[in-house]
Amino acid sequence: MKRLLPVIIIIVVLLIVLGGGALLMRTPQSEPAQPSLSSAPPTQQRAMPRDEQPVHFKGRLDAPVQLDEFGDYQCPPCGLFHPIAQRVLAQYGDRLRFSFRNLPLPKIHKFAAEAARAAEAAGQQGKFWEMHDLLYEKQQEWSKGEAARPFFLKYAQEIGLDVNRFTQDIDGAVAGMRVAQDDYLAQTRGVTGTPTVFLNGREVPFEQLMDYDKLRAAIDVALAGKP
Amino acid sequence: MADSTTNSEQTGPRRRAIVLDALAALVALVGLADAVYLTVEHVTGKSVRCTVIAGCSEVLSSAYATFGPLPLAALGALAYFAAFSLATLAAFGNTSARTLLGVLVCIMCLMSLWLLYVQAFIIGHFCQYCLLSAAVTFSLTIIVIGGRVLQRPARMK
Repeated sequence: MKRLLPVIIIIVVLLIVLGGGALLMRTPQSEPAQPSLSSAPPTQQRAMPRDEQPVHFKGRLDAPVQLDEFGDYQCPPCGLFHPIAQRVLAQYGDRLRFSFRNLPLPKIHKFAAEAARAAEAAGQQGKFWEMHDLLYEKQQEWSKGEAARPFFLKYAQEIGLDVNRFTQDIDGAVAGMRVAQDDYLAQTRGVTGTPTVFLNGREVPFEQLMDYDKLRAAIDVALAGKP
Repeated sequence: MADSTTNSEQTGPRRRAIVLDALAALVALVGLADAVYLTVEHVTGKSVRCTVIAGCSEVLSSAYATFGPLPLAALGALAYFAAFSLATLAAFGNTSARTLLGVLVCIMCLMSLWLLYVQAFIIGHFCQYCLLSAAVTFSLTIIVIGGRVLQRPARMK
């Protein structure tokens, strides 16, 4: 029995660890089980006026539900949120307006500001969303190397931009100004992290945001409150 | 009489070794709990939002938080579980486990030093859970290696 005792202890600890880990996986962190946005404590939620008109948006401008994202193209969770946002857009169509604003975090993501300017430069040729999608879809490709610019130029070519103009615009004053405006708006709204998403002007808790079903439930609640 | 003196002289270091191994097992459990928590955080992506304020998110969302497809925290959990198992076996008198524990703890200590360097000089942010893990590893190193060193003179008597 004495020889078996250490093995028993090890197995018991292993089972406790596996059980504890599984329990942690299922437990939502500081989030109410209900998808209702109104149940979250108001002090922890930032608000944004609904009439804050975005420069880049998909869907109907006056849609009953408005989803506004502050994102950083090099931020991994933003990359994870991108397909969720796309699914939500496909699901709700005209009932939803989705907007994107830049909040690059250059202290931790060295190509974030350049990526934001690349999207804005593409926007100057009417292809903001095409570049936006590519930057997120290929985040792993351009964010790991020594330089991101060659990738951005390749993407510009892929989506049919005038690459010479894009090269000028990416370092131009207009793209820089657009990013700075979004950054300023984020500061005034107290947004410090990405992705931060507002649903009809109220911040969506992070855990809810990263789970398609929970986000959909929150949108349904918002839609139900609309005529 | 002489035999009993020798026995008691041998029992002392042996007891000390058992106590140290048991302590190492307990400390490894702390590291294991920390690493499991970090692994769950990483896998679920629950609190790894990127923020302008320094904290865990910068570290956990950085390229250094993974080793290939695996979260580094999961490897840490495996290492702590191995350390706990070896320390438990050693406390029950398995000398091979004690030797292996020494080797494992040295590797973990070097890894912790590298990760501290990454946080301080590459990422520029510290994560409190990663710092706890480093503290646990250094404590383990002191207990396991320091304990062996302290026991040496007693054995040579």
